[in-house]
Amino acid sequence: MTREMTGARMVVQALKDQGVDTVFGYPGGAVLPIYDEIFLQNDIQHILVRHEQGALHAAEGYARSTGKPGVVLVTSGPGATNAVTGLTDALLDSIPLVVLTGQVPSFMIGSDAFQEADTVGITRPCTKHNWLVKDTDRLAGVLHEAFHVATTGRPGPVLVDIPKDVQFATGTYTGPKPSASHYQPPVKGDIEAITELVAALEKAERPLFYTGGGVINSGPAASQLLRELVEATGIPITSTLMGLGAYPASGKHWLGMLGMHGLYEANMAMHDCDLMINVGARFDDRITGVLSSFSPGSTKAHIDIDPSSINKVIRVDIPIVGDVGHVLEDVLKIWKSRGRKTNAEALVSWTRQIDEWRKVDCLKFAEDKKTIKPQYALSRLEALTKKYDRYITTEVGQHQMWAAQFLNFEDPNRWMTSGGLGTMGYGFPASIGVQMAHPDALVINVAGEASWLMNMQEMGTAAQYKLPVKQFILNNERLGMVRQWQELLHGSRYSQSWSEALPDFVKLAEAFGAKGIRCSDPSDLDDAIMEMLEYDGPVIFDCLVEKHENCFPMIPSGKAHNEMLLGEADTEGAIQAGGAVLV
Amino acid sequence: MSALHIKKGSTRHSAYNLRPTFSDVQERHTLAVLVENEPGVLARVIGLFAGRGYNIESLTVAEVDHTGHLSRITIVTKGTPQVIEQIKAQLGRIVPVHEVHDLTVEGPTVERELAIFKVSGDGEKRVEALRLADIFRANVVDSTLSSFVFEITGAPDKIDAFADLMRPLGLVEVARTGVAALLRGD
Repeated sequence: MTREMTGARMVVQALKDQGVDTVFGYPGGAVLPIYDEIFLQNDIQHILVRHEQGALHAAEGYARSTGKPGVVLVTSGPGATNAVTGLTDALLDSIPLVVLTGQVPSFMIGSDAFQEADTVGITRPCTKHNWLVKDTDRLAGVLHEAFHVATTGRPGPVLVDIPKDVQFATGTYTGPKPSASHYQPPVKGDIEAITELVAALEKAERPLFYTGGGVINSGPAASQLLRELVEATGIPITSTLMGLGAYPASGKHWLGMLGMHGLYEANMAMHDCDLMINVGARFDDRITGVLSSFSPGSTKAHIDIDPSSINKVIRVDIPIVGDVGHVLEDVLKIWKSRGRKTNAEALVSWTRQIDEWRKVDCLKFAEDKKTIKPQYALSRLEALTKKYDRYITTEVGQHQMWAAQFLNFEDPNRWMTSGGLGTMGYGFPASIGVQMAHPDALVINVAGEASWLMNMQEMGTAAQYKLPVKQFILNNERLGMVRQWQELLHGSRYSQSWSEALPDFVKLAEAFGAKGIRCSDPSDLDDAIMEMLEYDGPVIFDCLVEKHENCFPMIPSGKAHNEMLLGEADTEGAIQAGGAVLV
Repeated sequence: MSALHIKKGSTRHSAYNLRPTFSDVQERHTLAVLVENEPGVLARVIGLFAGRGYNIESLTVAEVDHTGHLSRITIVTKGTPQVIEQIKAQLGRIVPVHEVHDLTVEGPTVERELAIFKVSGDGEKRVEALRLADIFRANVVDSTLSSFVFEITGAPDKIDAFADLMRPLGLVEVARTGVAALLRGD
């Protein structure tokens, strides 16, 4: 299809041709022609956020809960610079985003014009790729290529910068042609390497699956194949923060999350396994702890679509470059054709060892009759929302780790959290994006009060679109994770880590026409949570929790997986100078 | 077109034929990177090296295929085998990068660099400079009564050697293009 139209109309046409139904954005001078075109049509819904950062995180929530790219439209200069945090967040978590920015007219670029910024320069290191389009005839091709790049290979954010004169000028529109791009990363893994993995899997005495966000990104089929492989082989499985839900938490081979605040059984299994099968994870420093004693005795296989993830920090023995879904399909095929062998006898004693570790019950905490423990709040939230097909977003900090520990995920795309960048302020706008994609679903943002305040302006968005997002705030009046590190590493000198002058969250909710609920008594908690769940509209739940609770288990900086702290009693002198410099 | 005629070796997506990495030995490698000649592509390559803390010892770039709009970037870099492998993988994932070739691995290679030297002096020194230039097959491309500008082409070592000799003879200024490299043979 080829026809003449203005650049602004091309933008809307390209979005339609790419199947976009929702755009998150904020207008401004340099994108007015595009907003005019949005005004003139009804196919694409535009969600007006209250800050561009909110648009990015909302689009991330939309993308992660649907598997489709999130689309953002913002203006030049400050609109674009406000997008930088969200772009970086999406880059580190491999979330497909297509961000469109307005730019000053091309003949004014470089003149320090009003609201001019070097957007492609600023966003070059925080996008998978970006384009400045100076010719309307090239615009349609670039827009389609942008969707292709964002969603192909390892997904990520892309940005298209469109000067205002290019939006006004007329050019030739062309429809999407996916084969037009030279960017076609291979998805099939090397069969020889896959066979090597199968052979290792057949013999392994203490095998372990270590899965990550790559399984979710590969699509629902990858999660299905993973489940089939785990059930068929009986190999235990742990996952990173990003990969929760790919294998169901109710599955009998599930060990829980691993890493810095991962479960004892998961980390011990990682340390002691003799075959580690990394499926779409990237050996992040939150997972590995000190590299020199990370899973020291294991043969390591690594499935990743990005060749640069392989051997980046951990040397692996069986590298497999490819899409998780395609590779797992081949693994299953080859394993079956070789007679579905496992080292069954050894697996029994390996499982028995893991069951011993489970008995440590590392998530146990001291309940309190008077004060709500954050762990208690989340275990009640889990119990009362279990029957829903619910979507959880989080902010960043202690509450995020407790949510990962205490909430169970049965399916992929139900858990949206800022893993790589650790962006406070992510969860609330993300919950808005998720709710837009799933209007009838229960969407809860598990938050801390400090993180939540970072993007609280989005209450306006939630109220405007009547989005029934539940803001479950574990309010300890502290920057809990900062406070915990100051206690462990800086002699309990709590420098700037408390939340003073907090708003009255109930009144704040009411000021936006939403519902506010406050709860401070453990015996009222169930009723209060039910009230939140039953209310049809946005809710701010101010859950006043224990102020000095620390998050355990914890692998202290500079320590190995088998040196976890399980509770307060273990913390004395746990972190030495070498560990203190790490983040 | 010779630019596209690089012998197939480690392609940008290959992680199968990795050499032993995680050794501490610093190696110098010459990489040939074929990129789409679009605005900002050089900034992407340089930004990658700066952002991830890799070394650039020499870098040359020019469009080598005008119809396909392909440029060839030749980078000489230094690092442990693991860092070199990372550099190649990271370059390979830049969207407008078509091919990454490690000429040091795929070699043997011919490496050439062009340099121009301004040497000023008189009497014996001036004569000696001209005599050495002849030995090194350097051409005189500009001359005054008290100075020469020499043009010399060769491997970087040869240019270094020439510079060392010219220094006591009145070397004023040097400009070097950086290394261009091709695989030997067909």
